[in-house]
Amino acid sequence: MGRITLEKVSKSFGQVDVIPPLDLTIEDGEFVVFVGPSGCGKSTLLRLIAGLEDVTSGEIRIDGTDATGVPPAKRGLAMVFQSYALYPHMSVRKNIAFPLRMAGMDAAEQERRVTAAAAVLNLTDYLDRRPGQLSGGQRQRVAIGRAIVREPAAFLFDEPLSNLDAALRVGMRLEISELHARLRTTMIYVTHDQVEAMTMADKIVVLRAGNIEQVGTPLQLYRSPRNLFVAGFIGSPKMNLIGGAIAARHGAETIGIRPEHISVSAESGDWHGTVGVSEHLGSDTFFHVTCDGIPDPVTVRVGGEVDLHYGDDIWLSPDTSHLHRFDGQGLRVA
Amino acid sequence: MATRHSRSAARLMMAPAVILLLGWMLVPLTMTLYFSFKRYLPMRGDSLERGLDWVGFENYARFIGSSSFWPSVQATLLIVGGVLVITVILGILLAILLDQPFWGQGIVRILVIAPFFVMPTVSALVWKNMMMDPVNGMFAHLWRFFGAEPVSWMSDASVQSIILIVSWQWLPFATLILLTAIQSLDSEQLEAAEMDGAPVLARFFYIILPHLGRAITIVILIQTIFLLSIFAEIFVTTGGSFGTRTLTYLIFQRVVDSQNIGLGSAGGVYAIILANIVALFLMRIVGKNLDR
Ligand SMILES: Nc1ncnc2c1ncn2[C@@H]1O[C@H](COP(=O)(O)OP(=O)(O)OP(=O)(O)O)[C@@H](O)[C@H]1O
Ligand SMILES: [Mg+2]
Repeated sequence: MGRITLEKVSKSFGQVDVIPPLDLTIEDGEFVVFVGPSGCGKSTLLRLIAGLEDVTSGEIRIDGTDATGVPPAKRGLAMVFQSYALYPHMSVRKNIAFPLRMAGMDAAEQERRVTAAAAVLNLTDYLDRRPGQLSGGQRQRVAIGRAIVREPAAFLFDEPLSNLDAALRVGMRLEISELHARLRTTMIYVTHDQVEAMTMADKIVVLRAGNIEQVGTPLQLYRSPRNLFVAGFIGSPKMNLIGGAIAARHGAETIGIRPEHISVSAESGDWHGTVGVSEHLGSDTFFHVTCDGIPDPVTVRVGGEVDLHYGDDIWLSPDTSHLHRFDGQGLRVA
Repeated sequence: MATRHSRSAARLMMAPAVILLLGWMLVPLTMTLYFSFKRYLPMRGDSLERGLDWVGFENYARFIGSSSFWPSVQATLLIVGGVLVITVILGILLAILLDQPFWGQGIVRILVIAPFFVMPTVSALVWKNMMMDPVNGMFAHLWRFFGAEPVSWMSDASVQSIILIVSWQWLPFATLILLTAIQSLDSEQLEAAEMDGAPVLARFFYIILPHLGRAITIVILIQTIFLLSIFAEIFVTTGGSFGTRTLTYLIFQRVVDSQNIGLGSAGGVYAIILANIVALFLMRIVGKNLDR
């Protein structure tokens, strides 16, 4: 069980309010991702839940019981740190067994659980090595192993993949998702990488300066961002945000259109422009088009390879059924 | 530094330093060895010009056969060991304390280092006359305040007094090295241990202490080298009496008080052997600790 509720939780460091009062419910078994730009308070929020920081006000409940003043060890949560935080002088086996040893579990049971965890994480051959003799990905797995042997109510991950290279990151992403599918334990995952957020989450919490901007499934956030910040943050490449006369024509202060919802034509369309830089990814091609009357280049996605070159004249037509409209406060207009 | 050319250039440039160091060490060493096999009593008219008598191992036998030899080795080891234990344990505690954020941290840190800059002679004299004097010392006043009989430190607790004085001098060094080591400990490791359910003491023994392993070995190694040859502290306090005659002090007495250079030199060779035994011992521990 791992249902975590935050009620009016706030945190200040001295004079600085890092997290204004905030409410959030994380259901049992959910994979929740906290995402937001650097310094927005994601780690702080996670550490509040873990108990590594004291809340300034408000209440944290785990499975219905008040955990606000409970020390970290007693909350039944396990955390995987960005730096892995393995104990360098202990073997992998001892690292994974450490929480069990601290809980005073008998040696045979410790051994059984460590072996089981090692099998799950492909660490069986490395149990007698020291962390210093492992690769980044293996260290990451040891850190996860140390978390899963405790059978916690929830896992907390603080940017666990940010020290890995791109290829390994994709692999570990899948492994963590698979772990979640198998264990069905609540996981809270902090990242500033919106691709990780989109691919792994059941529920995404978008944070800005400690405020929750929007909570929802990845597709909800993608299809109907609540405001301009979420619209610009979720999706890669970014949504095109256009103001001025063109937005006014659609009855909004700002309109947003994703690169895949714009069609390209050589003869006719709504907006006229010239092709700038193009990015060929093989499956897709992204064109940055400078349009008349739009200050920023418009990003357009075209499937496959297209015969367009730098400086070509083209016409763009947004798919109006996928147009996002925002008012003067930056809020979404239905 | 990989090519043959750069290697030979490096050797050439290091040569002056190496030659100077070799001369610095080898000349006194060979002289000590030479005198230790000779009868050399300047007061009895022996001198280098007239030639010295070869006496074989007589000086060695006499030095080791003297009733003060083994007590002096014991005193040496006792003082070195005592100072090491005190400085390492207190050093760790002080380092942990100084690592906590508190108001005036910078000034306190400088104050903690201060004793290291006081000359050994001066600090020993200050301790002897200001703190430990049985009539006017601070300790005497303190003892009397609590209605106790003041201790005459230098005669009744002489070895302890020396250990105390030398520990006071070396504590800053140990603290400083251990503090830098503690500061290099990743705070996430401690947080991870906290989440893993390790209480404060377990965090200290399982995380902090192993992390300090290297620093502790280095402190022990460096201090031992210097502590084996402490002299000034003994000279100005007990003058070697009341069981504080260390090997170094015994050699000093043989050479200067008894004016027996041959005998003193033999003692010097024993001191070298003792230092090497201790060093070998330590190097093995250090090697084990530094390898990983
Ligand atoms: N101990 C502290 N004392 C004072 N301010 C702090 C402390 N810890 C964090 N902050 C501030 O709180 C804000 C949020 O920090 P936090 O570490 O939660 O950001 P983050 O969202 O995790 O960023 P990143 O993605 O870079 O890790 C930052 O502005 C930071 O400067
Ligand atoms: Mg962070």
